[in-house]
Formats: sequence, C-alpha cells, structure tokens
Amino acid sequence: MPSRTRGSSTRSAETRSGWLFTAPVIVVLGLFLVLPILVALWVSVSDWTGRGSPLSSSVSFVGAENYRQLLTEDTLTRSDFATSLRNNFYYVLMVVPIQTVLALALALLLNQRRLKGRSFFRTAYYFPSVTSSVAIASVFLFLFAGGGSINALLAFFGIDGPQWFADPRGVLHMALGAVGIGNGPDAPGPEALTSRDFMGLTWWDWLAGPSVAMLTIIFLVIWVSAGGYMLLFLAGLQNISADVYEAAAIDGSSRWRTMRAITVPLLRPTLFTVLTLGLIGTWQVFDQVYVMSKGQPGKTTLTPAFLSYDQSINNGEWGTGTAMSFVLFAIIIGFTAVQTFALRDRDRTPRERRGALGRALRLGNQRNPRAGGMP
Amino acid sequence: MSTSTSTGSSPVALRRPHATRTAILKALGYTALVVFALLYLFPFVIQVGTSFKTDADATGNPLNPIPETFTTAAYQSLFQQDLPLWFRNSVIVSVFVTAGRVFFDSLAGYALARLKFRGRGAVTIAIVATMAVPGVVLLIPKFLIIKQFGIYDTYTGMIVPLLADAAGVFIMKNFFEGIPVSLEEAAKLDGAGVFRTFWSVVLPIAKPALITITIIAFQSSWNELPHFLVSRQSPETNTLTTGIAGLLTGALGSGNRYPLKLAAAVIMTIPIALMFFAFQRHIISGSTEGAVKE
Repeated sequence: MPSRTRGSSTRSAETRSGWLFTAPVIVVLGLFLVLPILVALWVSVSDWTGRGSPLSSSVSFVGAENYRQLLTEDTLTRSDFATSLRNNFYYVLMVVPIQTVLALALALLLNQRRLKGRSFFRTAYYFPSVTSSVAIASVFLFLFAGGGSINALLAFFGIDGPQWFADPRGVLHMALGAVGIGNGPDAPGPEALTSRDFMGLTWWDWLAGPSVAMLTIIFLVIWVSAGGYMLLFLAGLQNISADVYEAAAIDGSSRWRTMRAITVPLLRPTLFTVLTLGLIGTWQVFDQVYVMSKGQPGKTTLTPAFLSYDQSINNGEWGTGTAMSFVLFAIIIGFTAVQTFALRDRDRTPRERRGALGRALRLGNQRNPRAGGMP
Repeated sequence: MSTSTSTGSSPVALRRPHATRTAILKALGYTALVVFALLYLFPFVIQVGTSFKTDADATGNPLNPIPETFTTAAYQSLFQQDLPLWFRNSVIVSVFVTAGRVFFDSLAGYALARLKFRGRGAVTIAIVATMAVPGVVLLIPKFLIIKQFGIYDTYTGMIVPLLADAAGVFIMKNFFEGIPVSLEEAAKLDGAGVFRTFWSVVLPIAKPALITITIIAFQSSWNELPHFLVSRQSPETNTLTTGIAGLLTGALGSGNRYPLKLAAAVIMTIPIALMFFAFQRHIISGSTEGAVKE
C-alpha cells in the first residue's frame, strides 16, 4: 500500500500499519492466552461440572469454595494434591542443583583453551535438548525397565537393580530405615511422625523423599536439560574478557583461586538465569509424568501439573482442577520471588531492583515451556 | 577442568613441573569429556540398535546395541499401523505453525522495533507480560476455550493457538533494532509503502534471525505434546507425540514390544536430527538469544 501523500499522513499511516502488523499476534495471544486464563479463573470460583458451557447462566459463583475444599477439607483430592506437591518438591530439590552443577561442569570443560573436538562434544551434550520428550521417554522406559540396560549394567557389578518404574519406596524412608528410624520403607514409620498430619498427609509421608520410580524421571530430566543450560554457561564464560584472566595469571593466582575469585562471580547473571529457568521449568513437569508413569506407582510420581490435568479432563472435577493450576501458579511466583530476593544484586538501587521478579518470571517461561524443551 | 589462561603462556620459571601438571589436567579434562559424551550418546545408540532387534533379543540383551538377527519388523509393523497418519498430521501442523509464526512474529517484531505508532509501548508491555505465564497452567484453560470456540479436535484448534509466540516476536524485534535504518529510509523516499519496505527491503536482510525462529518454531511444534492432549481427542488427529505417547503408556514396568516403541521414537527424531545437524550453528546461537532487552 503505497502512501500517496507524505508528511503528516506518514504518521497516521505508521499508526495504521503498526496496529495491523501487531494485530495477528495480539489476537492469537489474546484469544488463546489471556482469555483462557480469565475463563479458568471463573471456572475455579464457579460450580461448573463440565456440562455445557462454563459461561452459561445455569453456572453460579461459589466464591473461594473450590480453593477451600482443595486446601482444607479432608478429602482424597486434598491428600492427592499434597502428595503431588511433596513429589514435585523433592523433584525440584534434586533436579535444579544437580543440573546446574552438571551444566557448569560441562561448560567449564568445553571452555578450555585449544580444545580439540569442541563442537562434537557440544553437539553430543546438547542433542537431547532438541529431541522430543516423548522419544526420550521411550528410550528411558527401555533403559530403566526391570530387565533393561541399567539393571544389566548393575548386574555386571554384582548389584541387583530395583524394578525402577514399579518401586514406590521413598529414598529418604529407605535411608532412614537403614539407620534404624522407622521400620523399613514398607512398614509404618515412628508413632511420633505418623500420628500428626498436614493437608491429609502424615509427617512421615512428607519425609518420604523421591520414590525410586521418581528417580528415573529425575535422571532423565537432568540428562536432557544439562546440555541446554551448558550453552547458557558457555555464552556467559565467553563474555568474560581474557584480560581478567591474564591479570590473574600475572598475579600468580592458582587455577582454583582464579575460578573462585573470577569465573564464578562473573558468571553470576548466568547462574541466576539458569536457576530461574530451572526452578520454573521443574515446577511444571508434565510430559514425562504423562508418558512414563501417569502418577504411578502408589501416586509417587504425581505432580500438580499432571494432577490438575487428570482431575479436570478425566474426573470432570473442573473447579478443583483449575484451582490446582492457580495454586501451582502461585507456588511458581512464590519460589521465583524468594529466589530473586536471595540472589539479588546488592549493588543495585531499589528502583533497578523493582521489576526483577517480573523479569525473572518472563525469563523462565520464554524459552522453557517444559523441562526437556528448548532452553 | 580449567578456564585459566596461565596454561603454557605463563612466564613462571618452573617450566617443567608446570608443563607436566598441565598435561595431566588436560588428559583428565579429555577423559571427563569422553565419559560424558558416552553417557550422552550411548542411549541413542541403544535406541537405534534395539529398534532393529526382535522382541526377545531386545529384552534378552538390553546392553548390547548390535542386533543378533537384524530385522526391520518393528518399522514394517509401524508403517502398517497408524504411524504414517500421525506423521502426516505432525507435518501439517508443524508446517502451518512454523510458517504462521515466522510471518506474524517478524511482522510484529518489525512494528515494535521501527514503526512509531500510538500505543506501541502498551502493546510491547502486554506482549512481554504474557511471557510470565507458566505454560502448564494454561493447559485446562486452553481446553475450555478451544471447546467454547467449537474448534476442538480440528486442525484449526491444533494450529491457531500456536501461531504466535512472544519470545519469537522479541527475537525479531531485537534483530531489527540492530540493523541500520538507512536502507528503509531510501525505500521510503522512493515511495514504497510500509509493507513493501518490510517485505522486500527488510526481510531479505533478516535471514539469520528468520532461520533462527524457523528452527525454534518447527522444533517446538514438532515436539509439542500437552497442547495436542487438550486440543483434540480422536485417533484421526493424533500427531506423532500423542500417538507414540499412547503407544508407550501402559508400558509401566511390563516389558514388551520395545523394538516397536523405540523404532517409533527413531522415526519421530529423524526430522529434528536432520535439521539439527544442518543448522547446528543457528540452533546453538538461537538458544541463547531472545532475551527481552529493556
């Protein structure tokens, strides 16, 4: 569309084009991102049962009833939700630190000077990150099967491997049992811990740790995502000027000291990015649970994201299902806020610090749809 | 494991012990790299090897990737089943999503970078804000809205919601902000309209960024699972991810038909692997791009 006149009309032509150019993105994001959230918010405070439209006049407002039921009423739903939160908490606790350390280690190994085959190694470590989570899950289902590769490898060293996917025992329970606390993973725990409960789950159950079955998902996700975070660390390392290292070398600083005094502090922004991406991604684990375990065995791989899906789509409990996803949303915001605060840059002014949480959340979502996706 | 540059170039007098230590560290570094490479590659080797095995061979020798008797039975049986349909659906959805995203993201990115229009600031903030919503929280909401619009279990419902992504818009915006305005100004002086300028002057220079978002869009729509779980249900609309996920579920603990499942995973991985090796450089630079600059 050529503009016939110039000058003042250029402005209005630009305004028209500006809106026209951004319209498709605005419409798609509005209809399939903003609007769904509003409808789901409504469903979470309504008595809709899944029949007809949630917006029809027969559906009425029930206030915080679904949330109250989910969090305070002694139901199976509540104890399932508590179980899923416990499972996901242990999952985050293991995945985030290990994948971060592994990614940093791989990046440091690859960042050596005059390294031969750098791009080969980098490709090998990164490849799982671009591969479908379903394909990777199928490989791990074979590797960790009862008679699979991992157990064959363990047998080679004389170890009798567990039935990974069928084993609901919590590793913390097993460890506590080994030092004489509780009566083993299958027997009930000590009276003091089993007699008290929180959200329908006894204190002893909260202390189960990740189950053996959950460990397979934990191994998978660490294996997949370390490569992606490694690339972020590599980019961060390449931003550190060689002059700094030269100065350290002239001062006779040892390798270890150079690393502690220079590399790690200068990698701080990257570390923040990796931890944020990791934290937000791991609280959303869904694909692997859906494909590999559906929450089993003994609900020990249930996660809030999967439970919310299962509760809504398969059980028709839309109110509590959507309420769960908003509680999960709140948890993600809460954890990101705590982490942003804990890792805050103390040299920044309060004004600069403002908006750090928003930045962190966006950062966490823009390239990390789900653990296992492209970082 | 070292990033120190003192290696070899240090003027320290004690040359020999230093050199020995450096050599040892270097060897250790390579050993670690090779061990990790094995850890990362061996699962894929097992995957491909096992897909050419018989069921009995797969469960009998799970650690040996070389088939006792080489057979393509798993692949043949997959091609007699629904897999070609799933593959076709994945191709259709990914091609449309990729084309749409590349076009819409670059249009919007260009407008936000270059056009001075009333409301630009507000639009930028709104798009940035959508990035803060965790994807998994959107699952049930998306299902509700897709049902409400009557596009459930259709290609429309599978494709349209994926047509725009905020991160892609900002990759393009950042790119356009980094190229000089002079070319566009010349085109404008020649009387070219905004869209003409964008289409025939700006887009051709934007090739590197376009390749990056093409790859990201294709890879993410090809590998997408949750969206296709909530936007469709009939067997005819299965994509590779949902179809193969269905093949795998119920696999819990019980062990059979592994060659079939692994062959399906191999087929699903081939297009992504080809793309990865062809555009490796772009993928690796793209994965660290796209941060919102404020």
